[in-house]
Amino acid sequence: MTDIQININSKTYPAIEQAEHHLAITDLKLSLKSGEFICLVGPSGCGKTTLLNIIAGLDNDYDGEILVGQQHTHPKIGYIFQNPRLLPWRTVRENIELVLGSRQSAAIIDPLLEVMQLTQSQNVYPERLSLGMSRRVSIIRAFAVDPDVLLMDEPFVSLDAPTARQVRVLLLKLWQERPHTVLFVTHDLREAIALADRLIFLSAAPMTVVSEIIVPLPRAERHNENAIEAFRQQLLNDYPDIKRLL
Amino acid sequence: MPSLSLLAFLAVWQGLAVYLNSNTLPTPETVAKVFWQGCVTGQLPYHLGVTLLRLVMSFAIAMLLGCAIGIVLGRNKKLDAFFDNWLVIFLNIPALVTIILCYVWFGLVESAAILAVVINKLPNVIVTIREGTRALDQDLLDMARCFHFSKRKTLVHVIWPQLHPFVMGATRSGLALIWKIILVVELLGRSNGMGYQLHLFFQMFDVAGILAYTVAFVTVIQLIELVILKPLDKKSQRWRR
Repeated sequence: MTDIQININSKTYPAIEQAEHHLAITDLKLSLKSGEFICLVGPSGCGKTTLLNIIAGLDNDYDGEILVGQQHTHPKIGYIFQNPRLLPWRTVRENIELVLGSRQSAAIIDPLLEVMQLTQSQNVYPERLSLGMSRRVSIIRAFAVDPDVLLMDEPFVSLDAPTARQVRVLLLKLWQERPHTVLFVTHDLREAIALADRLIFLSAAPMTVVSEIIVPLPRAERHNENAIEAFRQQLLNDYPDIKRLL
Repeated sequence: MPSLSLLAFLAVWQGLAVYLNSNTLPTPETVAKVFWQGCVTGQLPYHLGVTLLRLVMSFAIAMLLGCAIGIVLGRNKKLDAFFDNWLVIFLNIPALVTIILCYVWFGLVESAAILAVVINKLPNVIVTIREGTRALDQDLLDMARCFHFSKRKTLVHVIWPQLHPFVMGATRSGLALIWKIILVVELLGRSNGMGYQLHLFFQMFDVAGILAYTVAFVTVIQLIELVILKPLDKKSQRWRR
């Protein structure tokens, strides 16, 4: 794995009919250390999804550069979308197999299904899964390709609290077993503190980095709601600026 | 229930034929006899077979070309704008015109007959598949892109399943349309097939013959629906709740 550097000078949406020319991102620099779990926190509509789409290579209409190691190239991506985006006409297992190409896939898929507790459901079609299960499948799919960076776009939004907690615990378990660089978008500060090595606060559009904060809480304490709440309070006191970003 | 409605239909037919007692409306029994005779002499299966072969060929060509062009036009706005008017024109040219022109330009040959049918069917398929392609789920296409699906994989696993209802629609409406056109094509310029036979019966006012061939024809259509289309529907929809 290698470090990734993202420099976006600007990203604009051209004027279309009624909508005016819109500057979405300006002068944004991120460096991702290999194996680091980074949470991007910012107000909704600030352009976080735009940023993820640029990194994923879905949006190439921007001014800037992405470096993987020293090379100008797009990193290999595992994308966990806000909606799971599973193919409804393929089973859970087929959905994962499809991203793997023709390689020998059972050795990769079986352990992942095991960790995410989906072995029983592997031959089910996605429409029969709960949202929490679909999210877990999309997490497996993203880990399966062994990406340079995992992009997660509010993957726990619209889950009820216990389900969200369960999926979060499973995600952390998987990530600790096989460390990957993660860019995790959220507007929930508690969730961000529970997950991240580093928090990056983003401004409203035009989006840019406001501040970066290392989360010093040891991983073992991340299950402790009180510890997370205490850190959150301390954060809000130390950086009054970020309050308006939440 | 379907068999009950069939029986009721036969009863009404029988009653009406007996009441009218006319050559222009033979009883079901007479038609059945003519049908049986046609089968024994081999005439009916032969002409039906010839027509079916033409149907399969023109249908296959129209569907393959139509799907390919429809997908391309649905994904490419410039090409779509370029061809849109032509599509509307071809959709609306009367079948008879294309049939006559094909025969005049290419002669009274088999390929001209097939071409005439294809030209009549093709715009329909293109328009239906184009609509389906425009309605493709961009989220799933993006997913395929960022997981580096090959073109073939995207087509087979992402695009085709979404187009399936449109393809089935084009298939059903297409079969109905082709049956109708193919008989006219045969009537005008071929010396075998259902259309040719119906023309002969018409000249001899042989209504029993016409009805016997119609029965054969309806049976084949029902078989296609039951044996091919329904199972295909069922298989491809099994993922739905």
